[in-house]
Amino acid sequence: MTVTHILLEGVKKSYSDTPVLKGINLRIQKGEFVAIVGQSGCGKSTLLRLLAGLESQDKGFIQMDDEPLTALNKKARIMFQDGRLLPWKRVIDNICIGLTKEKRPKAVEALANVGLTDKMYEWPRQLSGGQKQRVALARALVHDPDLLLLDEPLGALDALTRIEMQALVESLWRKNHFTSILVTHDVEEAVAISDRVVLIENGVISWNQPIHLPRPRRRTDPTFSTYVKDILDQIMGRTTPSTYGLNHAKTVDKTS
Amino acid sequence: MTFNIKGVIKQFIPWMVPFLLIIFWQIFSYFNLIPERVLPAPVDVVRAAVTLFSTGELIEHISISLWRAIAGFLIGGSIGFLLGLFNGISRYSELLFDTSIQMLRNIPHLALIPLVILWFGIDEFSKIFLVALSVLFPIYINTFHGIKSVDKGLIEMGQAYGLKGKSLFFAIIFPGAMSSIFVGIRFSLGVMWLTLIVAETISTHSGIGFMAMNAREFMQMDVIVLSIVLYALFGKLSDMIAKFFEGKLLRWDI
Repeated sequence: MTVTHILLEGVKKSYSDTPVLKGINLRIQKGEFVAIVGQSGCGKSTLLRLLAGLESQDKGFIQMDDEPLTALNKKARIMFQDGRLLPWKRVIDNICIGLTKEKRPKAVEALANVGLTDKMYEWPRQLSGGQKQRVALARALVHDPDLLLLDEPLGALDALTRIEMQALVESLWRKNHFTSILVTHDVEEAVAISDRVVLIENGVISWNQPIHLPRPRRRTDPTFSTYVKDILDQIMGRTTPSTYGLNHAKTVDKTS
Repeated sequence: MTFNIKGVIKQFIPWMVPFLLIIFWQIFSYFNLIPERVLPAPVDVVRAAVTLFSTGELIEHISISLWRAIAGFLIGGSIGFLLGLFNGISRYSELLFDTSIQMLRNIPHLALIPLVILWFGIDEFSKIFLVALSVLFPIYINTFHGIKSVDKGLIEMGQAYGLKGKSLFFAIIFPGAMSSIFVGIRFSLGVMWLTLIVAETISTHSGIGFMAMNAREFMQMDVIVLSIVLYALFGKLSDMIAKFFEGKLLRWDI
């Protein structure tokens, strides 16, 4: 049984007269893991911010659970590329942000789920990049979101920590059955973790690629490489030198 | 226990320069290389301190000066802090007040002394007024700037996690502005002593500044030097107190 969880229709968004999203139509099922890829400035992060309700679209509509999304999306939690832990709060207190006091045990549990129980009372500056992102992940998941939005959260990590984190995100997703949308520029990461890869180019969805691979996925699998190659070809193929400059003149880098 | 000895030595290193200076000063005075009319020996300054202490005069002057400093600091600091807070948070408050505050800030506050004497006379209020005025601006500017420069990404994160209004302020904006506020406090402590010294030398009947001016009339060099040393000590002491609280409240940043 598939239930439409999130629906976007004709979503447009501009920043000071520069169109970033030019009509996004997307349907996401409950519990689905969707990866959004595209070059920097294509509007993928903007799309995520719209889904989080941090900004609102200029045109079109976004619906979640049959209700239009108008303000801050309380069913969603977003995880940012730079972690955004509060440096003046200890790890456990960072996870407790937005939680009531009696829910503190839940924060302890969330920290255990990302394997950092021993770092509970450390300051964020004492953690490595990967550990910071684990804390950020725990902070997002402690709210039991229906929708987890991941804005290139692994972009700044080294390759090994990255693979570890991908496995962690995947296992928590499989355990907790939330819907997940990952924005990334790493096609391999997208294929490794998602049910479907969506390609955004010039502010519209140009390609939609379901990934039919059993989990846990092995990168050495020949089908895996074929998926990666196909998607990369799609991205590179569309940006021939003749249109490359034009595309970039029209788009604004909103990813950072 | 070697690490302990190292720690003790580290505690003493900052005091070595003032200590050596006093030793050389004493030696030069002893051999009359520095005439007593120019600079009395450290021993004489200490003797003056003991004499004034035994008559109770010293304590009286010190306590009145401290009272002026603290009262002025608290009044001016609170006003500066609140103004910085409102203008940092509210765009309209900033539009309404900031330009006026910047204009007032650029008046050298010591230039107001003649006016202040005519307005308030030479009693306590005029001194506290001047001190309050002097600490107001550094604390205002640094609080304002601190709140304005809190990482927008952190604020956005807080909003996305359901914080707003008071909870957003106490969890993110205020702690984010804290280190800048402390810069303002430490800076204003320096201005506070400076203002107090000037205010007390010009128009008063008590306080450390008065003690120095009064001593000048009787050519008591030792008392004059004692007053200067007291100001240095109090300046250092207030900075140490500020630093102590900074260390406590900004533990995460060390």
